[in-house]
Amino acid sequence: MTATLDHHAANSTVNGTVDRPLDLSLVQQFELGLDAPICLTWELTYACNLECAHCLSSSGRRDPRELTTEQCEAVIDELQRMKVFYVNIGGGEPTIRPDFWHLLQYAVDHQVGVKFSTNGVRITPERAAFLASTDYVDVQISLDGATPEVNDYVRGPGSYDTAIKALENLAAAGFKDAKISVVVTRQNVTQLDEFKALADRYGATLRLTRLRPSGRGADVWDELHPLPEQQKGLYDWLVANGEDVLTGDSFFHLSAYGPADGSGALPGLNLCGAGRVVCLIDPIGDVYACPFAIHDNFLAGNVLSDGGFQQVWQQSELFRDLRSPQTGGACASCSFFDSCRGGCMAAKFFTGLPLDGPDPECVQGYGEQALAGDRILPAPSQDHSRVAPGRNQPVMLQLSRRPDLTAAPVSACAESPLAGFTP
Amino acid sequence: MLDEPWTMSPSVELRPEPFGALAYHFGNRKLTFLKRPELVVVVQGLADQPDVRSALEQAGVPAHQHDAYVTALRGLAAADMIRPRTQEAAA
Repeated sequence: MTATLDHHAANSTVNGTVDRPLDLSLVQQFELGLDAPICLTWELTYACNLECAHCLSSSGRRDPRELTTEQCEAVIDELQRMKVFYVNIGGGEPTIRPDFWHLLQYAVDHQVGVKFSTNGVRITPERAAFLASTDYVDVQISLDGATPEVNDYVRGPGSYDTAIKALENLAAAGFKDAKISVVVTRQNVTQLDEFKALADRYGATLRLTRLRPSGRGADVWDELHPLPEQQKGLYDWLVANGEDVLTGDSFFHLSAYGPADGSGALPGLNLCGAGRVVCLIDPIGDVYACPFAIHDNFLAGNVLSDGGFQQVWQQSELFRDLRSPQTGGACASCSFFDSCRGGCMAAKFFTGLPLDGPDPECVQGYGEQALAGDRILPAPSQDHSRVAPGRNQPVMLQLSRRPDLTAAPVSACAESPLAGFTP
Repeated sequence: MLDEPWTMSPSVELRPEPFGALAYHFGNRKLTFLKRPELVVVVQGLADQPDVRSALEQAGVPAHQHDAYVTALRGLAAADMIRPRTQEAAA
C-alpha cells in the first residue's frame, strides 16, 4: 500500500530495543512512534440510527463480520497487557450494540478507561444514572449545530432533540463533565459562543474537531468546510478560549496563523499522529492509521488475522513507514512548515492531493491553489451507508426564494395593464 | 523536596516507552510524559527510598542536576502523579 507514501524504509522497531537519541523533543519522539498508541479509537459497529451527511466512517448498516463479544473482550485483554490506558469508543452508534454496556464494564474492570461517542439515542435516565456511578467512563455527545436548524441539516431530523435530551439526562443524574463534540462546519462556525454556553449550561466541556473529507464527508466537504476567513475566526476563538475547549489536536494546520517560529500553536501535540501515537480499530478488527483514514491505503492489518493488535501496531509495514522520517515535500520550503507540519494526511488524501504537499485548508492559501489543479478523488474502499434512505436521513436542500426577485414572475399572458409595475 | 519522602500516587500507572515513560492517572485522567529514562527510575524508586535525594542518587543522577529533576518532580506533583508519603499514610 505504500505507493502513495514517499519516504524511506523504517529505521527501527518501536518496541524499545533500538536506542534513540535522547536529545529529541517529545514531538520528534512521537514522530518515531510509541510502543502502544496514546489515543486509540475503536469503532464497535458500523450500524447507526442516524445517517449524518458527513459521517467519516460511512456508517449505517451493521457489518456481518463485526467482532463478537468474545473477540472484543480479547481485544480489551490485549489493550490491558499493552497498557493502553483508555480507548475512545465510537461507531456507527456504539450504544446500539446489544453488548455495549457489558463491554464498557469489561473494559473498565480491566484497567482500560473508556470515552465513548454517541448521538445520545440510548442515554436514558437509567443509563445516565449508571454512567454517573462509574469512574473511568467519559461520555461525548455529538452535536453539529447549537440550534436544531443547523444541527439537523447535517445530522438529520430530530437529532438535536435527542442529543439535548441525553445531556439533560446526564446532568440530572449527576454525571460530571460530559463532552459536547462538535464538528466545525461553515454553518456552525458562527455559533461557537452558543456552543460554549450550551456546554456551560449542562456542566459539560466543549470539544471542537475538524471536518474531514473522509467517508461520506467527501461528498459534502466542498459545501461544509469552513471558508478561509472563518478559519481565521476559529483560530482566534480557540486561542482566546485556550485549554477550556478540547480539540483532539485536530486544528494544528491553523497553527500557521501564528508566527513562523511556531509560537502561535494551539494547545496539544501539533503533529499528525497517524500510526505514530493514534490509530483506529474498526468494527471488523481492521486497524487503520487514524480514525479519519478508513481506506485500504491506510489499512495496517487485522487484529484477528494478523496476530493481534500489538503485532499490527508494532510490526505492520504501513506503521513502520509512517514512523520513518518524512520529507516535507512541496511544503518543506514554506517558512511555516514547523508550525503546521504539512497538515492532515487524511484531508489531503481524500481531496486527491499529494501527501507531501499542502493541506487543502492550508492557511497560507497553498491548499486552494492545489485544489484548483488536476486531481482525482480516491474511490472509497468501504461504505456501510444504508442502501435506501431511512427516515432520519438529513435533507441537505433548503427551500428559499431567489434573492433577486421581489414578486412573482409576470406571465406573458397577464392581462392586467399594471402587470409587472412596481410603484 | 529533596529531603522529603515521596511516592508515586496509587492510581498512577507507568508505561515504558523509548524516550522514558508515559504516566497515566486513572483518577484525574491526566496523561504525562516522563521524558528521560532516569526520571522513570527516580519516580519508580521514590517509594523505596527514605527521601527524594536518595532516589535521585540511586538512579545515578549527578548532584548538579538535582535542581532540574526537582523542577520536573514538582510538575508531576502538580498533576498528582507523585505525592508526599506522609499524605499517603494519612489517606
